[in-house]
Amino acid sequence: MYLQARRLLKLALSPVLMLLSLFSTGAWAEEGARWQTNMTPGITEVGHQIYDLHMWVFYVCVVTGILVFGVMFYSVFAYRKDRHPEPATFHENTKVEIVWTIVPFLILLVMVVPATKTLIEIYDTDDSELDILITGYQWKWKYEYINPNGDNVSFFSNLTTDAAEIANTEEKGSNYLLEVDEAVVIPVNKKVRFLVTANDVLHAWWVPALAVKRDAIPGFINEAWTKATETGVYRGQCAELCGRNHGFMPIVVNVVEEPEYNAWLAEKQAAAAEIKELMAKDFSLDELVARGKNVYTSGCAACHGANGEGGVGKAIAGSPIATGPMKDHMEVVVHGVPGTAMPAFGSQLNEVDLAAVITYQRNSFGNNMGDMLQPVDIYKFKKGQ
Amino acid sequence: MGAHHGPAKGLTRWLFTTNHKDIGTMYLWFSFAMFLLGGSFAMIIRAELFQPGLQIVQPEFFNQMTTMHGLVMVFGAIMPAFVGLANWMIPLMIGAPDMALPRMNNWSFWILPPTFLLLASTLLMDGGGPNFGWTFYAPLSTTYAPPSVTFFIFAVHAMGISSIMGSINIIATIVNMRAPGMTYMKMPMFVWTWLITAFLLVAVMPVLAGAVTMMLMDIHFGTSFFSAAGGGDPVLFQHVFWFFGHPEVYIIILPAFGVVSEVIPTFSRKPLFGYDSMVYATSSIAFLSFIVWAHHMYTVGMPIAGELFFMYATMLIAVPTAAKVFNWVTTMFKGSITLETPMLFAIAKVFLFTVGGFSGLMLAIAPADFQYHDSYFVVAHFHYTMVAGAIFALSSAVYYWIPKWTGKMYNETMGKTHFWISFIGFNLTFFPQHFVGLAGMPRRIPDYNLMFADFNMMSSIGAFIYGASQLLFLFNIVRTITHGKPVTDAKVWEGGTTLEWTVPSPAPYHTFTTPPEVK
Repeated sequence: MYLQARRLLKLALSPVLMLLSLFSTGAWAEEGARWQTNMTPGITEVGHQIYDLHMWVFYVCVVTGILVFGVMFYSVFAYRKDRHPEPATFHENTKVEIVWTIVPFLILLVMVVPATKTLIEIYDTDDSELDILITGYQWKWKYEYINPNGDNVSFFSNLTTDAAEIANTEEKGSNYLLEVDEAVVIPVNKKVRFLVTANDVLHAWWVPALAVKRDAIPGFINEAWTKATETGVYRGQCAELCGRNHGFMPIVVNVVEEPEYNAWLAEKQAAAAEIKELMAKDFSLDELVARGKNVYTSGCAACHGANGEGGVGKAIAGSPIATGPMKDHMEVVVHGVPGTAMPAFGSQLNEVDLAAVITYQRNSFGNNMGDMLQPVDIYKFKKGQ
Repeated sequence: MGAHHGPAKGLTRWLFTTNHKDIGTMYLWFSFAMFLLGGSFAMIIRAELFQPGLQIVQPEFFNQMTTMHGLVMVFGAIMPAFVGLANWMIPLMIGAPDMALPRMNNWSFWILPPTFLLLASTLLMDGGGPNFGWTFYAPLSTTYAPPSVTFFIFAVHAMGISSIMGSINIIATIVNMRAPGMTYMKMPMFVWTWLITAFLLVAVMPVLAGAVTMMLMDIHFGTSFFSAAGGGDPVLFQHVFWFFGHPEVYIIILPAFGVVSEVIPTFSRKPLFGYDSMVYATSSIAFLSFIVWAHHMYTVGMPIAGELFFMYATMLIAVPTAAKVFNWVTTMFKGSITLETPMLFAIAKVFLFTVGGFSGLMLAIAPADFQYHDSYFVVAHFHYTMVAGAIFALSSAVYYWIPKWTGKMYNETMGKTHFWISFIGFNLTFFPQHFVGLAGMPRRIPDYNLMFADFNMMSSIGAFIYGASQLLFLFNIVRTITHGKPVTDAKVWEGGTTLEWTVPSPAPYHTFTTPPEVK
C-alpha cells in the first residue's frame, strides 16, 4: 500500500518537475541546461518570433487535445458496458461533420498568418553588413569572411574535445562535443548573411540560439541571415547526416561588440599576411617538425592515430607513402585519395602547414627519412600538376 | 477427388501455397521476425545512447544501425505486416474465396525473405552495410557510400516489385471479387483503407525504383544525376525520394486507420459514426500525400513560393486527419464499451497517433521547422505516428483476429500486460525525445553533450522496456496457438459485424467458395 502510494506520488510529480524545468532554462548559451525541455527563443528577433509561433501552435494543440481526449476518456469511463449496457445507435450527422471540418480549417488559417510573415522575414537576406561563406567538410566547418576591401579571412573550425573524453577515460567537460579550436566571430546588432555550401556530402549548419538552420549542399550556395542582439558564445551542431563523424562537427559562434570584432578581424588579417611571408621562408627540419606536429594533431590524428598507428585511415608509421618518394606523399596529402575517406588537404591547409605536416610524417613515428619540404615546394607542386 | 481439400503437407505447403490464409500467415510471421530484427538494431542504438561517450559501438556501426533499423522496420516489419492482414482479412471481409491473383501472391511473399537476407548480409560485407540513413540522401549514398550500396539498391528494387505485385493483387481482389450486394460504400473500412493504400503503392513504388536506379547509374555508369560537378543536383534526390516517401508514410498509416475503424465500433458495440466521411477523409489524405513531399526539405533552400505552398498543403492534412479522430471518438461516445486488449491498443493508437499528429502540425510550420528539422523532435514525432500509429494498430489487429485465425483465444491478462508495458515503455522512450530535440539535439548522432544525458537515459530505459514487452507478445501468440482456449463461436466478439465473423473459428482453409449475400 505504502509502496504503491509512493510510486503514484512520484508518477504524479514527474510532469510537475518537467514543467518547472521548462521555466528554469534560458538560452542555449555558454552552458547548456540539463533537463531543458523547450526550444530556446535565442538571441535574435526572428528566433523570438519562431519561439512565439512554436508556443502558439503548441497551445492550440494542447487545447484541442484536452477537448478531444477529454471526450474520448470520458466515453471510456462513462460508457463502459457495465454502466451503459445499451449502446446508442446514432451515426452520421452532416451538420456535425461539416462543423468539424470547418473549425480545424479556421484554426489553421489563424496559424498561417504569423507563419507566413515570419517566413518572409527569414527569406529576406538583403542588406547584410557582413557576409560569411560557410563550407561543410567531412567533418569540420570552414568559414570565409568576404571582405570587399582587402583579403578574405578564412579558417577551419575543428572539434577540440579530447578523444579520451569520448572514450570515457577522462571526465567530460561541460562543452563536451560542442567546443572548437576556432569559433566564428560575428559582431552584435549587425545583419550577418551566411552563404552556406559544402565540399563533399550534405551538411546542415544549425545554431539554435540564432534560429538558423540551412543545408550545406555541394555545388550550391544557400543563404541565411542573423542579427544577434546579445553578445556571448552560442553553440550548435551539424544537423544533416554526413557520415562517420556527423556527431563530431560542432559550431561555435562568438557574438562580440563591434570594436572587438574589428580587432579580431585585423588580427586574423595580420596572421594571414604572416603566412604569406612564411611562404618565402626557408625552414629548418626542426621548425617544420614542430609545426607539423600541431597540424597533424588537429588534421590527421583522428583517422591516422595520435602516433601514426592508423585507425580509420592507414598507418603512417612505416607506411610506403611516408617512407617512399616525396612526390607520391605530396600527391596523397594535397589531392587526397578519391573514393576513400582521405580528403584533398590541398584546399584545406596552407602551403606552410602542408610542407610542415608532410615533413613531420616522414620524420616521426619511427619514420626517419631525414628529408623535408619547403612551402615553396608545395606551391610549385600545386602549380605544376 | 472431393471438392473440399486441406493444405498440402510439409514444407511444400508453404513454398507453393496459393492460399490467401497461408500467405497471410507467412507475411505476418515474416514481419514479426523483421520487427524483432529491426528492434534489436534499435536496442543497440539506445544502448549506445544510454550515456554520453562511446561505449558499445563505433560511429560507423552506429550509422549502419540507424539505417538498417529504419529500412527493416519500414520495409520489412510494418509494410509486410499490413499486407499479411490484407491477405488474411480482405477476402474474408468482402466474401471472396481467395485473392484474385493467387500465384502472384505467392511470388510477392517469397521475394521478401531472400531480399531481407541480402539486405542484412550487407552488414557483414567489406566496408559495412548501408550507413547513410534510411532516407539515403545522395551524395552520401552514392559517391561516398560503402560498396554494399549496390546490394542495397538491388534489395530496394526487389522490395518494390513485391509491394507493387501485392498491391495490384489487392486492387484486383477488391474491385472484382466482392460478394454480390457488397457495393463499394458497404465495404468494411479496413478494405477501403487498403484499396486506397494499394493505389498509393502502385503510384509511388516505381518512383522509389527510379531514385535507386539513378543512384546505381551515378555509382557505376558515370552519370551525374545527383552530383553538381557533373551538372546534376543532390536536392533532386530528395525531391524524388520524398515524392515516394511522403505517400509511403500514409501507406503505412492508412491500413492502421482501417484496423482501428474496425476495432473501435466492435468494442463500442456501435456503428462507426461517419462511414462516408471516413471514406472521403481517407481519400483526401491520399490525395494530399502527393503534394506535400517537400515539407521534409524546408531547409534545402527552396524558393519562398515553394516553401509557402508546401506549408499550406501540409497544414491542410490536419483537416481530414482531425475528421478521422473525431469520428473514432464519436463512435465511442454513448457506446457500450469493453476494454479487451485489441480495444486498449486501438484507443492508445488513436490517443498517441493524435499526439504525433499534433507534433506533425507543429513541424508543418516552416519557420518553426528551421528549429525542429533533423532534431530529435522529428524522431519523437515519427515514432509517435509509426510505432504508436502503426505498430499499436498491428498489435490490436493481431489480438482482434487471432481467435479467427487460430480458433484459439489469447490470454487476456497477458495481452493486457503486454499493452500496459508497451504503453509505458513507448511513452518513456519517445516523449523525452521531444524535449532533447527542442533543446537542440540533432538526430543520427552516436554521442551527445551532457545536457541531453538525463532524457536520453530515460529514453533508453523506455526502449528496453518496450523491446522486452514484444517478447511477451511473441510468447502470448505462441501460447495461444499451442495452448489457447478453443473458440467455438463464429462471432468471437459480441460487437463484430463484418463478414469474417460469419465463418467458423478457426476459419476453414477455404471460405466463401459460394459467395455470401450482402444485404
